[in-house]
Amino acid sequence: MPLPPAAGIGFKPRHAADLATPGAVSWLEIHAENYMVDGGPRLALLADMAATFPVSAHGVGLSIGGEGPLDGEHLARLRKLLDWLKPAQFSEHLAWSSHGGAYLNDLLPLPCNDAALDRICAHVDQVQQYLGRQMLLENPTSYMTFDDSTMPETDFLARIGQRTGCGMLLDIENVFLSAQNLGFAPESYLDAYPLDMVGEIHLAGHAPGDDVLIDTHSAPVGDPVWALYDRVLRRIGPRPTLIEWDADLPDFAILQAEAARAQALLSRVPA
Amino acid sequence: MSQARFAAALLSGAAPPVGAARFEIYRASVTASLSATLAEAFPAVEKLVGQRFFAAMAGDFIRAHPPRHPVMALWGDALPGWLAGFAPAASLPYLPEVAAIEQARRESCHAADAPPLDPQRLSGDPAALTIAPHPSARTLVTRWPALSIWARNADLPALADAPAGELLICRPALAVQARPAPDGTAATLGALSRGLALDAALPAGAAHGDILACLFSAGALVERIR
Repeated sequence: MPLPPAAGIGFKPRHAADLATPGAVSWLEIHAENYMVDGGPRLALLADMAATFPVSAHGVGLSIGGEGPLDGEHLARLRKLLDWLKPAQFSEHLAWSSHGGAYLNDLLPLPCNDAALDRICAHVDQVQQYLGRQMLLENPTSYMTFDDSTMPETDFLARIGQRTGCGMLLDIENVFLSAQNLGFAPESYLDAYPLDMVGEIHLAGHAPGDDVLIDTHSAPVGDPVWALYDRVLRRIGPRPTLIEWDADLPDFAILQAEAARAQALLSRVPA
Repeated sequence: MSQARFAAALLSGAAPPVGAARFEIYRASVTASLSATLAEAFPAVEKLVGQRFFAAMAGDFIRAHPPRHPVMALWGDALPGWLAGFAPAASLPYLPEVAAIEQARRESCHAADAPPLDPQRLSGDPAALTIAPHPSARTLVTRWPALSIWARNADLPALADAPAGELLICRPALAVQARPAPDGTAATLGALSRGLALDAALPAGAAHGDILACLFSAGALVERIR
């Protein structure tokens, strides 16, 4: 089932009963690594969900931005899952998470320069060829800048898309957080971003902070992010949009209300 | 700024190699997310030692045994063995065995699915069957009443008085089940996994009827297609 240009939510097993109500949401996203197991209740539940909802698989562990080669065993696990699940879409992050055989369970930052561009394009090419499908690449939340960055992140992403043919997963919460943390205007980032390559949008909310805002996926989407979202939709029309909520999970009704708010904005723009 | 230096600093107390104070966001996130993963995987261990002790212990464990790949479903497999040498927990000598039970339950939960052997199949020619352990079957031999201690910390009153000795963990359908097992159960499953026939797999001197009753009621056997 293809992803509709409508609002979806991140699937959490505790919401399985709520999702049995017809029309509960338009689509679901899963973290691919959580389902790389041989059998058991997780896969059984996912099979149930995939029979009802279009599913997007979101990877967190490929370490696309890593200095070393991609982990062939992990790529094989990923292909096995995607061949079985047949998700509408697969996405990963502009980040690295493994080094020297250790997996650090976090999305780590990298400079935007020519060496990183060549490396990442080679990795994206390898992933797309191995999986036999296009992938989407998500923009990171930034907390720091690098002295050896030589181009804006927006140019960096656009060049990856042009060279590899991958699409973009635009995380508007990440744009907002990076803008706050590094001191730039999120609107100018979005103006420079390759919006024509966007295949999916992520929205989320964060814990309150002073000096720095952390990407926690633990709260309702904030008003500034809704405003940026509306701005993007008016430029490019409706796109599949995910409400990401991974920590301090609310009742399903609250998640559903967030998805309904996104849906209302989606429905206002012409396709 | 090499990723090697960045990664090494994340898992140590080294000064930030880049980003000054902002580097600490990543260091805190790595430790917090892995510590939370471990706590979710070993809830009875956390209950026994308390949240603060567990978090400090997890910090040490993460540096000793960071994940080797991005699938977290079984990471922490080294915890039971590591705990046995963790001096601050020496006053809880049964803790490594409780951790081993929790890890065996995780392995059982995520193992391949398979229909358990139907005992009716034995009414034909048992010698024509090749019997193997169910992919989800795990056995442990405990010196402490670890199954009972685990059960009391997992709100499972039915196992609250389980004795020390052998135990069998298995998932014949979607729910993982643990039970005390007669002496020789682990040896029987070990021999079956090495390809021995059932009559040869049962150890001499053990209560064969009890072992078979346990294995069949747990759904711990499968018919291997030759």
